[in-house]
Amino acid sequence: MTEWFADNFVSILNGLAIGSLLFILAVGLSLVFGMMDVLNLGHGALYLIGAYVGYQFTGGVSSWSGFLTALAVAAVFGAVAGLILSVATQPLVGRGHLDQALLTLGVALVVAEVISIIFGDDVQNVVAPPGLNESIQVFGNTYPAYRLALIGVGAVLAIIVWLVIEKTSLGALIRASVSDREMVSAVGVDNRKVKAGVFAFGSMLAAVAGVLGGPVYGARTGLDETVLLLALVVIVIGGLGSVRGALIGALVIGQVESLGKALYPDFASFMLFGALALVLIVRPRGLFGSRVGAG
Amino acid sequence: MSVDPAPSTVDETAARTSGTATPTGSARRRVPLAGLIALAVLILLAAVPLFVAPFQTSMLARMLIFALLAVSLDLLVGITGLPSLGHAAYFGIGAYTAGLVAKYWTAAAPIPLIAAVVVAAFAAVATGWLAVRSHGVFFLMLTLAIGELIQQLAESWSGVTGGDNGLSGIPAVEVAGEPLSLVGYVYWYVLFFAVLGFTVIWAVSRSPFGAALRGIRDNEPRMRSLGYSPFRYKLAGFTLAGAIAGLAGGLFASQQFALVTPADLGFTTSALALLAVAVGGAGSLWGPAIGAAVVVLIRDVYGPDLDGHGTLVLGIVFIVAVYSLRNGLAGLTTTRFRRRGPPADAAPAPPRDNEATTPDPTTPDPTQATSAVPPTGGLPANRQEGHGVDQGSKGPGTDDPPRHADDPGERRS
Repeated sequence: MTEWFADNFVSILNGLAIGSLLFILAVGLSLVFGMMDVLNLGHGALYLIGAYVGYQFTGGVSSWSGFLTALAVAAVFGAVAGLILSVATQPLVGRGHLDQALLTLGVALVVAEVISIIFGDDVQNVVAPPGLNESIQVFGNTYPAYRLALIGVGAVLAIIVWLVIEKTSLGALIRASVSDREMVSAVGVDNRKVKAGVFAFGSMLAAVAGVLGGPVYGARTGLDETVLLLALVVIVIGGLGSVRGALIGALVIGQVESLGKALYPDFASFMLFGALALVLIVRPRGLFGSRVGAG
Repeated sequence: MSVDPAPSTVDETAARTSGTATPTGSARRRVPLAGLIALAVLILLAAVPLFVAPFQTSMLARMLIFALLAVSLDLLVGITGLPSLGHAAYFGIGAYTAGLVAKYWTAAAPIPLIAAVVVAAFAAVATGWLAVRSHGVFFLMLTLAIGELIQQLAESWSGVTGGDNGLSGIPAVEVAGEPLSLVGYVYWYVLFFAVLGFTVIWAVSRSPFGAALRGIRDNEPRMRSLGYSPFRYKLAGFTLAGAIAGLAGGLFASQQFALVTPADLGFTTSALALLAVAVGGAGSLWGPAIGAAVVVLIRDVYGPDLDGHGTLVLGIVFIVAVYSLRNGLAGLTTTRFRRRGPPADAAPAPPRDNEATTPDPTTPDPTQATSAVPPTGGLPANRQEGHGVDQGSKGPGTDDPPRHADDPGERRS
């Protein structure tokens, strides 16, 4: 057992790093869906914006100032984009998931094409900031320091999001909106403001995830679709609207993507959506989805 | 009460409709006009190769194929109320099947197509048996997962499918021993089967079976309390849609120099088909066909002029369509005629089309029930849960006794 663990240590760490990234990406998507029934298929495009912002500001040069600027700019871009999406989907409330999904998919197509017009279709690499762009020794394995930092950032963000959602009055408002937004609105809270806030926050996280994921995945066309599918799998497995579900879904999918591919290379491509199909068949509302269902 | 995916369905359903259809006054006035338009369009389409250059003709063939895919998706989205994000999977299965049959066995006219329809229908039964248990966004996700899984299969089974390089070298279709070498002949071949597929879907949507599907879309608990088995109807609808998508795929593989790649059954193709349905107007059948033509036109005709950024235009069309064409292109015409159901704002799905307003004497008009359902802004959660439990324990073969009373009460109000 310890031998197996030692052999696959790097894969497990990779899985954790991917899981961290996926959590940052997916938590906003999950909350927006859980609260407002808006299935935001533009979430991957927000990640793509972040990735290209990271490329633009680091420009292939390893520097902290560039990286931090990119994070700040991506956060602002993401928040603004989230507000726009929130306003844009407002007229579609009550028209069912399909219209909202189609609208956000249309926005995603436009954003991805505009990015490809500006930056071209080449794969761009993003370099990690100094100090993190080298490998270090972890229990006898060489491992990129940046990915370890990514795990750390993911853990910190998960704790922050959890504290905000579970311990603050703002979080209580969000949870209440997830469970029963008619009731929240009946006690005098403007739903649209809560929705805009959550949308902006979730989109900000998605764009930030784009910058953070840059040194791992780079910036390229088609990345938006890949990460969107991953994020959808995560939130559906975890259960829509649940922060805990998003975290566990992200960790599970991170390991499926990394450890699964290392152990069973032949089946790797089936595992991701196989896991999704399996969870949906066994637990149609996701692993932690019961709270939404009770609403 | 299951629909046979084989082409023999035409006779069966046609017989059923002709026996039962009794158009009401308003419909009687419209039907000849619609029929005349359909006939004119058909003649126009058939005459195309005589006047148009080969490149445009093959473009039009591609539009017809994509239109058939969109119409089959409309049977799911618009008629049955099951928005699928993985419908291209059955299209791709049909394309691969027809291509492989033509390449390794025989390219004699209908055989590759029949194989495509049968295999796609089997795939749709097997996957639909799982998928139709879920609802709304979960159905969307499950079909997405199934579509992606099938795409992965096409990518990794490279010994058969050619992997990422795709399946090429498919021989030309043979009719009576002669390969169809001219673009115009291939076009007529495509046109014939596309019209056949469209007719099947149209006939099914007009039949009592189609009325039951609409009833399930509008008010599933009520249909269940009336003694219908939503699971079986939805599965049959899913299978038929998959079979017709397989037919479209088979036609795709019988084009000249056809190349079938895993991208043809992936997310992008599914999303574009859904776009075509949305632009055209879900539930109208002819709307999505026009929507598909628009999509292919933008992607393949204007796309190259824009340095391959046709998707940008598609995205904008998408956004404009969602906002301004409430029920797609079809909504532009139908709003003039009828407003008998509840106001469109209350309907979770796009309003029903012309046919639904002519109630069939053998089936209770399910749309009447809609007005009683409060708009709940999305999926009523309890309703979903009820289904998961009910359907989960039941196989498709068991008899479904009528359910009573408690169902409507379950609903959140």
